[in-house]
Amino acid sequence: MCLAVPGRVIDIGERDGTRMATVDFGGVVKDVCLEYLPDLRVGEYAIVHVGFALQRLDEESALKTLELFAELGMLQEEFGDPWEQAEQFGGVPEPDPTHPEDVPREAAQQ
Amino acid sequence: MKYIDEFQDPGLARRLLDDIHATVTRPWALMEVCGGQTHTIIRHGIDQLLPDQVELIHGPGCPVCVTPLEVIDKALEIASRPGVIFCSFGDMLRVPGTGRDLFQVRGEGGDVRVVYSPLDALEVARRNPDRQVVFFGIGFETTAPPNAMTVYQAKKHGITNFSLLVSHVRVPPAIEAIMNSPSCRVQAFLAAGHVCSVMGTTEYPELAARYRVPIVVTGFEPLDILEGVRRAVRQLERGEHTVDNAYARAVRPEGNPAALAMLEDVFEVTDRAWRGIGTIPASGWRLSPRYRDFDAEHRFSVTGIDTREPAACRSGEVLQGLIKPHECEAFGKACTPRTPLGATMVSSEGACAAYYLYRRLEIPTAKTAPLEATPVV
Ligand code: SF4
Repeated sequence: MCLAVPGRVIDIGERDGTRMATVDFGGVVKDVCLEYLPDLRVGEYAIVHVGFALQRLDEESALKTLELFAELGMLQEEFGDPWEQAEQFGGVPEPDPTHPEDVPREAAQQ
Repeated sequence: MKYIDEFQDPGLARRLLDDIHATVTRPWALMEVCGGQTHTIIRHGIDQLLPDQVELIHGPGCPVCVTPLEVIDKALEIASRPGVIFCSFGDMLRVPGTGRDLFQVRGEGGDVRVVYSPLDALEVARRNPDRQVVFFGIGFETTAPPNAMTVYQAKKHGITNFSLLVSHVRVPPAIEAIMNSPSCRVQAFLAAGHVCSVMGTTEYPELAARYRVPIVVTGFEPLDILEGVRRAVRQLERGEHTVDNAYARAVRPEGNPAALAMLEDVFEVTDRAWRGIGTIPASGWRLSPRYRDFDAEHRFSVTGIDTREPAACRSGEVLQGLIKPHECEAFGKACTPRTPLGATMVSSEGACAAYYLYRRLEIPTAKTAPLEATPVV
């Protein structure tokens, strides 16, 4: 939950007097509040946490991070269906910890 | 070093590791404060690539894990009330309260919704004026400013059916509590990068000087962690203890001034109980008097909860770095992600979850065990 994800601003507008942007996180698009980075522009990257842009990031490091997060399935963790993820913990049979191939979450996510 | 190939830049990883190996002459214990960093470390087996003398101790930086059971129980109670829509981040769904979790409350008919942003919860309140909408406001300095903004907006737009169940925590007092503990073995800190993106680094020089402890601001990717360790070890070997920013691409010394101003307006510092650790003075935030109307604890009188911690759970010791998760008797037996006894087993940043997911099931006898035993994804 504390892990913020870099994203690229594709559009900026206002909603109820609040500066908002549409931000692309490697394919997933979300509304993001820009009140804490009011001078962020279209095309720039920022670190976004729970729908808020918190700090600017240069393009190169943003893209590297996004690529890594995608590889590790962390974008899925951040933007996937949380009920489904919670269910994976709750509804399926107990894995046998003595079996190395019985990797619970990784397997279920792919 | 088989798994080094899986780093994003294996050549750079190898150079950083070589430098660490060449620098170390004595044993050192470093604490990574943030649970996100713990997951990176275990997932990539970074602790096993480091020299034997460098030990990484996992810190208390998992917001879900340190939320007191009493607050979880309050959340469950409020979420079960008729007329309430309870909004939360997804991480909280499986965190066990006394006897049940939010997932089960929904199964029993409670209106529990998962939001991506606290502003989404405010939107739910706008659309449901006849219902009470409560947002579960937990988290460190990265999550507090978004939650603060949401309460500010609620007040500004006169949305009265919205409230926040607040349990925010702050990192510097936790560092202080760890250093003050008689059993403390930590000699350097890898400070949580995203917390510093918001707060800057101004809180740390005083701590570094007072406890003579290097504090290296560190990011979350495998190479960031290696670089953080490299800089911390270098300071330790030289007998230095300064604040060093190894995550400059996302952390400015002054932090984010707009976010800091909002925190100052909406919250005030308070003592906070940390689950499994106890109360740490000045270690949290609560709503300041101007925003007290938006405090769910004031709006819903929740009393008479019989909060019971599972006796077997040693997450307090895990969170203070006193034991590693697999040293807990219940680990992988009575306690798994599907039958968690503590939040550290279900949170996406919990140390017990990291050890379980990446198959650190046995207590290693020596770090010289073959690296193939490390399950790196
Ligand atoms: S393994 Fe389970 S019981 Fe043991 S400390 Fe971790 S969460 Fe608690």
